[in-house]
Amino acid sequence: MNNFSYTQASSAKEATASRAGTAQSAYIAGGTTLLDLMKANLEEHAQLVDINLLPFKGIEQTADGLRIGAMERMSDVGEHPLVVQNYPAVSESLLLAASPQLRNMASIGGNMLQRTRCGYFRDAAFPCNKRVPGSGCPAIAGDNHNLAILGVSDACIATAYPGDLAVALAAFDAVLTLENAKGKQRRVPVTEFYVLPGRTPQRETVLEPGELIVAVTIPNTAHARRSTYLKVRERTSYAYALASAAVGLDVQGGTIRSARVALGGVGTKPWRSPEAEKVLTGAPATEATFRAAAAAALRGAQPHDDNRYKVELAQNTLVQALLAVSS
Amino acid sequence: MMDSNTPEPAAQPEQDGRRSFIKQAGGLLGLALAPPLISQAERLTAMSKKVEGVTEMRLKVNGTVRTMQAEPRVTLLDALRERLDLTGTKKGCDHGQCGACTVLVDGKRVNSCLTLAVMVQNKEITTVEGLAKGEELHPLQQAFIDHDGFQCGYCTPGQLMSGVACLKEGHAKTDDSVREWMSGNLCRCGAYPNIVAAIRQVEQSGFKG
Repeated sequence: MNNFSYTQASSAKEATASRAGTAQSAYIAGGTTLLDLMKANLEEHAQLVDINLLPFKGIEQTADGLRIGAMERMSDVGEHPLVVQNYPAVSESLLLAASPQLRNMASIGGNMLQRTRCGYFRDAAFPCNKRVPGSGCPAIAGDNHNLAILGVSDACIATAYPGDLAVALAAFDAVLTLENAKGKQRRVPVTEFYVLPGRTPQRETVLEPGELIVAVTIPNTAHARRSTYLKVRERTSYAYALASAAVGLDVQGGTIRSARVALGGVGTKPWRSPEAEKVLTGAPATEATFRAAAAAALRGAQPHDDNRYKVELAQNTLVQALLAVSS
Repeated sequence: MMDSNTPEPAAQPEQDGRRSFIKQAGGLLGLALAPPLISQAERLTAMSKKVEGVTEMRLKVNGTVRTMQAEPRVTLLDALRERLDLTGTKKGCDHGQCGACTVLVDGKRVNSCLTLAVMVQNKEITTVEGLAKGEELHPLQQAFIDHDGFQCGYCTPGQLMSGVACLKEGHAKTDDSVREWMSGNLCRCGAYPNIVAAIRQVEQSGFKG
C-alpha cells in the first residue's frame, strides 16, 4: 500500500474541502473496500479523508420512507427492527453479505461503491478497460464464470457492483441523497446511480468527484413489506452472489397487485427488471406466472463461454424467491 | 502470554499527555486523540487533524495504553504484531477474507487487517492476549481445548475473538446460527465441527460474555 496522509473531517464542508485540496484523494469510512483495493495497488491515493464523524447517521421513518444515514454500519441496519419488519429483502441482503466482521465495519455509503470482483480487474498484470481505459478486456474471451450476462458491452462484462444491498435498494425504489462541495444536495434513484459500462466502463456511477453519499431513503410500500432476497453462491456463506434476486409482491385474493424485481450477480449494474414486473402485475400468483416473469427478465441476456449457466440459474433463483414471498 | 515489553501503565496522565502531545505534533492530531468528552472549544483549538509521515500514535489494547511511531498507512494488525509485539493476532490473507486477524474494537469484532491504526486511537481494542484473566482461561478458550477446536492453531486467535463476539451478540443459539455467524473465520484444517461444539458449549453454560 502506498503511503498517504490521513485527515479526519468533522463536517461535510471540511471533508469536501480537504479532498478538493489534494489530487488523488479518497474518502474513508469502514475502509473494507478501499484498503483492500489499495493493498492490491488497484487504487492509489495521496490522501484519505476520514468521514466517520460526519453526521450522516440515524435510521428513521420520514414522510418519504425509511431514511438510513450513509455512515450507519451494515450490521446495525441489517438487524434494525424497522428494516427487518418493513423491508425484509433489505435486511436479508445485508445479513447475507460479507462476514459479521466486515458488516461491523462497512458503511452503507461505502457499500454502494464496492468495485467488481472480476479477476482481470483485480490483477494489475492484465489489461482492463475499467482500470486502464482502452487497454482491452481479456474477460470476454477468458474466465468469465462469475461475470455479467445483462447490460454487457464490447468493452466490459464485469458485474461492476458485486454486492447485495444495492440490488434490494434498486428493487424497492430507494433514493440516494448526495452532497457536493458547495453543500448542495441532490437526490438520485439507486437505479440511476449506477451506469452501464458502454464504451466507458471506468465510469460506474453518477457520483461526481468529491461528492458525498449522505443517506438512502426507501419508500414504505406493501410490496417491500412482503419481500425477500435470495442469494446463490459457490459456498453456503461468505461469498459473492453468482445470482441473486430481490423480490416483493403485493398479493390480494391470489392476484398480484404490484411487484418489484431486481437481480444481482448477473448484470453490469444492480439489475431492476421492469420486464418481469410487467408480467407479474395483475397476473395470478402462480409458479407459471413466475416462470414467465423469469423468462422475461433474462430475455436480453448475452452470456459468454463460462457464464452461460447463469441464464438458467438466475431464472430459477427468481422463481424460487417469488415462490417464497407468495406462499 | 503478554508480550515481553513492559506495557506502559494505564493512562492516568491522559489530559496532560494529550495536551503536550498535541503541541509536540504541531496540532496535527487533535480529534483522533481527544477523549470523547472534550469540550467544543477545545475541539476547535485542536482542529486541523492531518496526519502525515511517521507520528506518535496511542492505542489502548487490553486496557493498557501503548504508544508507537507509525505512518497513517499502518494497519491495526501490523501495529499489534510489528510495533507492540502482540503476535497472538494472526495475519492470514491480509485482505479481510479469512478472519485470522479478528479483534474487538469497542466490543465489536472487526478485521484488523482492514483497519488503520490511526483511526482507532481512542477506542478500546481487545486481542486474544486480553481474553484470559491471569492464569484463568476465558471459558471459550477452555471449550476449544475440551473440544479439540483446532489442529494447526493458526486461525484459532481469530476464531476465539469472533466466537466471543458471536456469543455476546446472541448469534450462538443453534449450530446453524453459529455456522452462519462464524463464516467470516476460515479454518483450513477443517476443525469446524469442533469449533461449533466449543461455542455451543459456552452458550449452553449460560455464559454471556
